[in-house]
Amino acid sequence: MGQITLQGVAKRFGEVEVIPPLDLTIEDGEFVVFVGPSGCGKSTLLRLIAGLEDVSGGRILIDGKDATDASPAKRGLAMVFQSYALYPHMSVRKNIAFPMKMAGMPKPEQDRRIEAAAKALNLTSYLDRRPGQLSGGQRQRVAIGRAIVREPSAFLFDEPLSNLDAALRVGMRLEISELHNRLKTTMIYVTHDQVEAMTMADKIVVLQAGRIEQVGSPLDLYHAPKNVFVAGFIGSPRMNLFTGAVAADYGAQTIGVRPEHIRISATTGKWQGRVGVSEHLGSDSFFYVEGTGLAETVTVRSGGEVGLRHGDTVWLTPDEGKIHKFDTNGDRI
Amino acid sequence: MARAVTRNARIGWTIAAWAVALLIFFPILYTIITSLKSEQEAIAGFDLIPSFTLESYQTVQSQNNYWRPFMNSVILSVGSTLLALVVAIPAAWAMAFSPTKRTKDILMWMLSTKMMPAVAVLVPIYLIFLRTGLMDTRIGLTILLMLINLPIVVWMLYTYFREIPGEILEAARMDGASLRDEILYVLTPMAIPGIASTLLLNIILAWNEAFWTIQLTTTKAAPLSAFIASFSSPQGLFWAKLSAASVMAIAPILVLGWFSQKQLVRGLTFGAVK
Repeated sequence: MGQITLQGVAKRFGEVEVIPPLDLTIEDGEFVVFVGPSGCGKSTLLRLIAGLEDVSGGRILIDGKDATDASPAKRGLAMVFQSYALYPHMSVRKNIAFPMKMAGMPKPEQDRRIEAAAKALNLTSYLDRRPGQLSGGQRQRVAIGRAIVREPSAFLFDEPLSNLDAALRVGMRLEISELHNRLKTTMIYVTHDQVEAMTMADKIVVLQAGRIEQVGSPLDLYHAPKNVFVAGFIGSPRMNLFTGAVAADYGAQTIGVRPEHIRISATTGKWQGRVGVSEHLGSDSFFYVEGTGLAETVTVRSGGEVGLRHGDTVWLTPDEGKIHKFDTNGDRI
Repeated sequence: MARAVTRNARIGWTIAAWAVALLIFFPILYTIITSLKSEQEAIAGFDLIPSFTLESYQTVQSQNNYWRPFMNSVILSVGSTLLALVVAIPAAWAMAFSPTKRTKDILMWMLSTKMMPAVAVLVPIYLIFLRTGLMDTRIGLTILLMLINLPIVVWMLYTYFREIPGEILEAARMDGASLRDEILYVLTPMAIPGIASTLLLNIILAWNEAFWTIQLTTTKAAPLSAFIASFSSPQGLFWAKLSAASVMAIAPILVLGWFSQKQLVRGLTFGAVK
């Protein structure tokens, strides 16, 4: 079991309110990602759930039981830190054994779980090494190993992949997703990388300035962002947002069109512009179109290879059904 | 290095480095040389070649028992250091891992006490020692030396503990460690190099302390610093004997310092470079 409920949870550091009271329910077995720009309070929220910070108000329930004042050790949660936070003076085996030793688990059971975790995480041949002798990816796996042997009711990940290089990050992302499929344990994952959020989450919680902007599945957020912030934050490259006359034509303060929902043509279309930078990836082409009068640049994504070059005059046509409209408060119309 | 260093430049620098090193070491070297002279040679004037007589060492040992002040030095320096660690470890721990707005001020205030000239408090401390019967006692001096060096010990340990990432302690807490487990299994093993170099440095500082040990002792608790001083006044100036006594006083700490060089350098430069 691993259902976590936040009721009016708030956090202040002195006079500064970093998290205004918020409510959130994380269902058992869900993979929930907290995403937002840096300083939005996502890590603080995770640390409140972990018990590493005290709440300034509200209640935290774990499996229906009030855990607001419980120590981190009593909450039955395991955490994987951005810096891995391995014990440098202990071997990999001892690192993984540490939580079980603290729990007073019998030695044979400890050994059995260490072997199983090491096998699952490809760490068997490194068990007697110190963390300092491992690569970043291996260290991260040890940190995950240390978390899974406890069989916690939920895993908390605090930007676990930010210290890894790009190739390794993709690999570890898959490993964590596979781990979730296999264990079916609740996971809460904090990241500022919206690609990680979109690819891993069952449910994304978008945060800004400590407030929840939207909660939903990755595709909910993609297709129906609740406000301008979520619209701009989710999706890569980011959504084009236009204000002024063109928005007024649609009866909105702001309209948004994703780069993949604009057709680009050398002959006809709705908005005229000029190709600035273009990126050709083979599978996709990205054009940054200037001089449309709508915004400084308009990003357009086109499938396959398109024979347009820098300086070419082009015409852009939005897919009318996929235009997002927002009112003066930035909320979706 | 990108620039090629010519052979001549390297030789020049080597000579310069040795010259500076010799200059710094010279007073100690001359003390050793003088201690190996007879008294007549010693007062005769500047001479780098002694007659290699051990006469002064024998006189020093037979007239004034060396072992008593030596044992006092050991007891005072080790005792005051251990006492300082007992007080400083929890203090540094608290300041490093749960700092408040005032932590920096407290650290500065503690260090500022080291900036005060010792003579300024000589009279009150002398009177306190006199009235409480602590004069010329090991216990009194041990406590005093502990208090004198405490700011440095706290400061050093604080710097060390600050280098231990807080996330590791948080990980231990998440892993179910109690405060006791956290200190015993995670913090202490990680801080041992820091504690060790602090211990070494403080022993050296306490061993070399001469102002208070000379002022507040006569015979019973007098350590080696007072032992050296006793050769300078009552018997007139006997350079060779004074030098022999000095060599015997600095020899133990020189040996200790030599063998723990690595540890000391690491301790003193810790945190300066990553």
